[in-house]
Amino acid sequence: MKGYTATLPDGEAIYYVDRKRYLWTLSVIYPLQPFIGIWLHAETGNEAWLLLPIFLGYVVNPILDWVLGEDTNNPPEAVILQLDRDPFYRALTYIVVPLHFVSLIGAAWWAGTQSLSWWGFLGLAVVAGITSGLGINTGHELGHKKSKLERTLAKIVLAVPVYGHFWIEHNRGHHRDVSTPEDPASSRMGESIYRFARREIPGAFRRAWAIEKDRLERRGKSAWDPNNQILQSMSLSVVLQVGLLLAFGWKMIPFLIVHNVFAWWQLTSANYVEHYGLLRLNDENGRYERCQPHHSWNSNHIFSNLVLFHLERHSDHHAHPLRRYQSLRHFDNLPSLPSGYFGSYLLAWVPPLWYRVMDKALLALPHIDGDLDKVNIEPEKREMIFKKYAESGSASS
Amino acid sequence: MSEYRCPECGYTYDENKGDEHEGYAPGTAFSKLPDDFACPDCSVRFKGDFDKL
Repeated sequence: MKGYTATLPDGEAIYYVDRKRYLWTLSVIYPLQPFIGIWLHAETGNEAWLLLPIFLGYVVNPILDWVLGEDTNNPPEAVILQLDRDPFYRALTYIVVPLHFVSLIGAAWWAGTQSLSWWGFLGLAVVAGITSGLGINTGHELGHKKSKLERTLAKIVLAVPVYGHFWIEHNRGHHRDVSTPEDPASSRMGESIYRFARREIPGAFRRAWAIEKDRLERRGKSAWDPNNQILQSMSLSVVLQVGLLLAFGWKMIPFLIVHNVFAWWQLTSANYVEHYGLLRLNDENGRYERCQPHHSWNSNHIFSNLVLFHLERHSDHHAHPLRRYQSLRHFDNLPSLPSGYFGSYLLAWVPPLWYRVMDKALLALPHIDGDLDKVNIEPEKREMIFKKYAESGSASS
Repeated sequence: MSEYRCPECGYTYDENKGDEHEGYAPGTAFSKLPDDFACPDCSVRFKGDFDKL
């Protein structure tokens, strides 16, 4: 396996091998999951196999995270530059782009050409959607980079989940406003994921459009100019989805609606768990303090990180947004989710359970220590939450 | 005319060149950029954080 050599400031020579190097291919093959179900359905005639990726995602993944546990290894700082420049890692993020198209087209072909029961059809559309949600993750990794190629690939892959505005919304909006009440992509204490989705999905689109409109106006162009990067990606979405409609008929209308909603729901779920309740305070100038490592929830669970290009090492990502996935680091004493993202999503989808686990974890964070003034709270629940913790004495107990 | 660099990601704003993609014409002084100017590449450093080269 390829190794990297470097010399530490004290003159000591080090040799580092990234043991996860080839395991990152999991992030590339995971989006092909609909084909496992399709193949088993074709072999056995049992439509239930089409739902297998849902079972893999939300039962097997959390179990593997629990069994395989956490990985706290960090590459030494001295080799980060070499690791970042190694073309192998970025090649994986390029290869996965066409696979997202193959996956959606393959699932649509099966749904459009087989006589499936309503639940088999619906299940396959959900599987296609959660798979395209992974496309937002691929677009996320690519869209943070400076090269024109990677930014273009980000816009292309975001066409699959019809989320072309994400590149602008996330990089220019969310990273700027993260963990503030103004950020539609940061969830608040006491805000259920269902309420959050109604604020996040339209709010993110509006913010992306406003940012892109401002940029185009500075260039003397209309918001509807072909240079609008949101419209560029969305145009490809239209070509793709109209193409599927023409190829496989009216059945594609319900299929694509379900697909799109579940793809967006993946991102909503990720956004919901990544910054729940965390709040940047005002600095001496009245501005929000710079985003700190304790403004993101993290998970070091190895399996889900390996299928998500290390997305769950979220604090280091917010500290250094351009840092490539293979170089993201773990730090001790960061806000930590009880499971990897897939298990955390399950919890988030049942709000009473989520509040029970996460409100306690939130208030116990060292920088909050029970102080509700340091928490991003849902305004409508504010009074109720203050009352609840005033009655129970210390909020952190 | 000067250059200003983002201390996080190395993005450099060159007043001579401006930034065409962002809509700042060549010759636009750094001081004339909007007060809420954020680094176009990383968005986590702001106008006041930039280092003059």
